[in-house]
Amino acid sequence: MVADTRSKIFDMVLNILIFIAVLVCLIPILHVASISLSSNSAILAGRVYIWPVELNVDSYKVVFADKTMIKSLVFTAKLTVVYTLLSMLMTVLAAYPLSKKGLKGRNLFLLIIVFTMYFSGGMIPDYILIKNLGLLNNFWALVLPGLISAFNMIVLKTFFSTLPESLEESAFIDGASYLTILIRIVLPLSLPVLATLSLFYAVGRWNYFMDALLYITDSKLYPIQLKIYQIIYNNMQPEISAIEGNLSSNLLPESLKAASVMFAIIPIIMVYPWLQKYFISGVMIGAIKG
Amino acid sequence: MSQHYLLYIFLILPMAYFFIFKYIPMYGLLIAFKDYNMFQGIWGSPWNNFATFKEIFGMKDFYRAVRNTLLLNGLDLVAGFPAPIILAIMLSELRNKTYKKISQTILYLPHFLSWIVIGGIVIQLFSTQTGLINVVLKKMGIGPVEFLSKKNNWLLVYVASGVWQSAGWNAIIYLAAIAGINPELYEAATVDGAGRLRKIWHVTLPCIKPTIIILLILNVGRIAQIGFDRPYAMGNYFVTEVSDVISTFVYRVGLRSGRFSTATAVGFFQSVVGMVFLLTANYIAEKFDEQGIW
Repeated sequence: MVADTRSKIFDMVLNILIFIAVLVCLIPILHVASISLSSNSAILAGRVYIWPVELNVDSYKVVFADKTMIKSLVFTAKLTVVYTLLSMLMTVLAAYPLSKKGLKGRNLFLLIIVFTMYFSGGMIPDYILIKNLGLLNNFWALVLPGLISAFNMIVLKTFFSTLPESLEESAFIDGASYLTILIRIVLPLSLPVLATLSLFYAVGRWNYFMDALLYITDSKLYPIQLKIYQIIYNNMQPEISAIEGNLSSNLLPESLKAASVMFAIIPIIMVYPWLQKYFISGVMIGAIKG
Repeated sequence: MSQHYLLYIFLILPMAYFFIFKYIPMYGLLIAFKDYNMFQGIWGSPWNNFATFKEIFGMKDFYRAVRNTLLLNGLDLVAGFPAPIILAIMLSELRNKTYKKISQTILYLPHFLSWIVIGGIVIQLFSTQTGLINVVLKKMGIGPVEFLSKKNNWLLVYVASGVWQSAGWNAIIYLAAIAGINPELYEAATVDGAGRLRKIWHVTLPCIKPTIIILLILNVGRIAQIGFDRPYAMGNYFVTEVSDVISTFVYRVGLRSGRFSTATAVGFFQSVVGMVFLLTANYIAEKFDEQGIW
């Protein structure tokens, strides 16, 4: 009985601790959301905690009125889709042959790839390469340099090599080629891993910032992260200040910054719960043993 | 089975990718040993041997960047390494499955936000005028505290943001390890009269110890490497003394000031040191767990 009571207290303390951890995760986001939805006077008076005070959507009106903001969001979505599709194609093309133990030169290919995980030219040689290829201010500068993640490739290779060989052998007897086998048998069996890796590529691309900072100066090619960065850190974009001036409302830059941040968070929050079930298994595969 | 040629055809594009985008920049490292100028190109620029390296080893900012890289990664390790272990153990002890699922979903979420966005959240949260933290502190009669413009406070915020971003996500690996523990061990412990805390101490922790050690070794191996987005997004003018790390230093010196050779030499230095650390860590991890990482 004593043990039982103890266990109950243990459960209670545990539930509370986890609840606090969850709150710690949520409160910063709720605070920013509230700032973005509150009135200027309430923000300045320090009355906004994690719930909007004097609810209004003026700052969102300003953000949405800024055409470059929407364009940048659409551009980033397009970029993410193109990048993810190409990355997955390339990753599969590398992982499938390298999962075949009998392939001559396999270890050499693997060594060439794994070495890039340990050693790289770094920022400046990368920049010089992109410049020499004529890709500065080019859509492809945001796609090509990070096309294959060696880590993801190895995760996929490992998964492929766990598929039973007998499946392929029987297909060979029926006269199928590696291409047919890959498309008809291997890929359909790998959907959860493919979904997970696609998610990793997509989130990575959506969130990545450095390449845009380095290679892009043309505002038509600004991914959302670069756009947000400029709004938050370089005070205000000229376009936005202009619109703000026109509105002549009592908008505070704080709520505008908050709305811009939310602008980049909301798409993630919207797709995240639907993809969640995939990535756990994917992380397990990739965990520790690549 | 003599269709291997098709497999080689598959490999053409990926290997071309690695050659062009990974190995050509390695060749580009040559400019660390040259007086690079754009018009003569990498090969055409005159050699200066180790003059660039002598130059960077004489730069005060270089040492500061190296120190800060180690400092920030070190603090991250101390605060950020135990957090996911504790979280994973707590999550695995939850009995209500729905509660567990919902908490996990929320705890993983910050991992999916970019550092730019997190930097934005941090600025809002810690702003002296309107930020939640200072609003609450003022209510309690403390502050305002300048979190983002005072060095030590900034370090605290930097480390906390790291834990916030990745503790939940990194817990997944430990959760997997915990899920793999033989239930009989717990049953035996129950028979011996162990309470839940004792079971955590005598069963869970020893069972996930190999995972903990391997991850620790690997994390120590990454101590000389640092990404760009996070320190760049979190840093500001007032805290450069502690926030300027190798990656931001390379960006500033190389691309902002156009001193390509100098910045490349710094990047090269970091790559080599980072690789030595990683290879050593990997070697130790392999010794520890015979199969190693790969």
